[in-house]
Amino acid sequence: SKTRRSFSDQLNNLVKRYRKVDEDFFEELEDLLIESDVGVTTVMDLVEKLKDESRTRNIKDTEELKEVIAEVLSEFLTRDETETQLNMNPEGLSVFLMVGVNGAGKTTTIGKLAGRLKNQGKSVLLAAADTFRAGAIDQLQVWGDRAGVDVIRHQEGSDPASVIFDAIKAAKSRKTDVLLCDTAGRLQNKVNLMKELEKIKRVIEREVPGAPQEVLLVLDATTGQNALNQAKLFRQASDVTGIVLTKLDGTAKGGIVLGVRHELNIPVKLIGLGEKMNDLQTFDADAFIYGLFSELFSDDNHAEA
Amino acid sequence: MAFESLADRLQATMKKIRGKGKVSEADVKQMAREVRLALLEADVNFKVVKSFVKRIQERAVGQDVLKSLTPGQQVIKVVQEELTELMGGEQTRLNLALKPPTVILFVGLQGAGKTTSAAKLANYIRKMHNKKPLMIAADIYRPAAIKQLQTLGSQLSIPVFSLGDQINPVEIVRQGLEQASADHNDLVMIDTAGRLHVDDALMDELEQIKAVSHPDEIFLVVDAMTGQDAVNVANTFNERLDLTGVIMTKLDGDTRGGAALSIRSVTGKPIKFVGMGEKMDALEPFHPDRMASRILGMGDVLSLIEKA
Ligand SMILES: Nc1nc2c(ncn2[C@@H]2O[C@H](COP(=O)(O)OP(=O)(O)OP(=O)(O)O)[C@@H](O)[C@H]2O)c(=O)[nH]1
Ligand SMILES: Nc1nc2c(ncn2[C@@H]2O[C@H](COP(=O)(O)OP(=O)(O)OP(=O)(O)O)[C@@H](O)[C@H]2O)c(=O)[nH]1
Ligand SMILES: [Mg+2]
Ligand SMILES: [Mg+2]
Repeated sequence: SKTRRSFSDQLNNLVKRYRKVDEDFFEELEDLLIESDVGVTTVMDLVEKLKDESRTRNIKDTEELKEVIAEVLSEFLTRDETETQLNMNPEGLSVFLMVGVNGAGKTTTIGKLAGRLKNQGKSVLLAAADTFRAGAIDQLQVWGDRAGVDVIRHQEGSDPASVIFDAIKAAKSRKTDVLLCDTAGRLQNKVNLMKELEKIKRVIEREVPGAPQEVLLVLDATTGQNALNQAKLFRQASDVTGIVLTKLDGTAKGGIVLGVRHELNIPVKLIGLGEKMNDLQTFDADAFIYGLFSELFSDDNHAEA
Repeated sequence: MAFESLADRLQATMKKIRGKGKVSEADVKQMAREVRLALLEADVNFKVVKSFVKRIQERAVGQDVLKSLTPGQQVIKVVQEELTELMGGEQTRLNLALKPPTVILFVGLQGAGKTTSAAKLANYIRKMHNKKPLMIAADIYRPAAIKQLQTLGSQLSIPVFSLGDQINPVEIVRQGLEQASADHNDLVMIDTAGRLHVDDALMDELEQIKAVSHPDEIFLVVDAMTGQDAVNVANTFNERLDLTGVIMTKLDGDTRGGAALSIRSVTGKPIKFVGMGEKMDALEPFHPDRMASRILGMGDVLSLIEKA
């Protein structure tokens, strides 16, 4: 697995190589961010901001700019300390809805989250509201068994909103703390499927006042600029409250969440680092920013394409 | 998409330039910037973008673009030509074995669409080439992966070979091929577990599966929404397995799909099919020219050039 050296270590390297804050320095920084899927628009805004800062503070030395980069980047990602916390109903049932495109990691994240919540002493129930994809219900059942929590399930092909309805009923009568609702993967440009999602959310709102406490959009870290469209349209349909960024155990950096934060102001709450029960962590902006820079100085990285 | 199409932007740039009466090298540079931006917004890898834009610029400066009466269209034409060329020019065909069975191996990252594509392609080849397929369930890791393949198999009435999830995938594939020959299946699809290209143990497993199954096609299945990392993924899979092609999934979405260009240009391997939905008939042969236009957001480019 990757060794996580501190972000400041990496920045140290960057500034040592360049010393002077010049166009070359900014160009390499730009490439680096683009390579991490941050997105051209956000990169240009970011670098513009850095150039401004270095001008107004009269920074000539990259050493001094270091602080500014860390500052500006983390400002892009975090607004306040508590925003990664999952919103819970202190007196009764909390409902979390998992949404996202096909194959992003919704079902897996629910499994991991069920395990985590159970470890915290909460009672958990799962709703198998992906009634569409082949094997989806059984997949969730395996995760439920692993975590030791029950799954409310209907037959494949049945109405997802009615699964949710039944699951809420079960959760209420069992005095469950948290109900985690799986949904079928859907591409955000599929109008009918997005309507179905709206309907699911309405059922939750109607049956449990104040719910859902969280609507988590699951984004695959290997996704490029399309993640912005995903965030926009899923928010429109379901008032997304946070992002789960999965598959960060690969080589993709997931830089698109900077753009998602910058343009849509949706915070990242959790990250996925593998396929096992324990591979779920609370998002840490500093560690993430480090990740963006981790390969800057490997030699082959800037060899000719 | 939130962005104007490249064609629109190039036209606008050219209009401004035309006001000055003459196209200079600096103007070509400006156009190159537009092309760069469009490609990056479409998720084409930044290194691929760099070399591509350089080539465009050279061609534009070296050729008659500067002297042309319609430099905007000329540049677009150059871009379109270069891009289609890069995407592989002509369509490529499926590689069917002369001596049956034809064996097709599906590999790729987690959630890319391997299982779905394996079933779709089995269905497609059965129809187009009148084959009798068998699907081998060699993913023993993902929860309910076997169930998923079996469900798709029963929807399509295609048999699935499975030994459960307690037997080594290499052994499963070996026995599956024996079964295929006993049952006279002349087409065998092997569904493997999703894995990271940096996972040595699991990449090793794929090499062993390849060694026992001698596939006629090894398809890397890639999500069309993949960003900059596509080159790393494709490179590693290609180095380890010597891919024969790529299947790009989820193109029914609104992504530009620049990964297609990155992958093609770093591996040289053709994209053979695209996934256009979750249903079993949502699979199409790949069209390089359409993909080129999609990446650049210039669906109307060809008609534009024709008018010029
Ligand atoms: N390496 C890695 N793999 C992951 C992670 N999260 C999920 N996966 C894998 O990604 C694949 C898809 O995950 P799912 O949980 O089925 O995704 P989904 O969003 O529910 O998919 P659909 O229901 O088909 O839309 C599975 O093989 C998972 O094991 C992660 O953080 N890291
Ligand atoms: N919209 C759309 N969805 C697709 C397409 N191809 C696959 N999917 C969906 O993407 C998700 C993942 O597909 P799978 O076939 O399970 O992917 P996989 O690569 O086998 O996943 P793992 O085995 O977990 O690595 C499922 O929800 C599929 O229905 C496509 O072309 N379009
Ligand atoms: Mg799922
Ligand atoms: Mg699969």
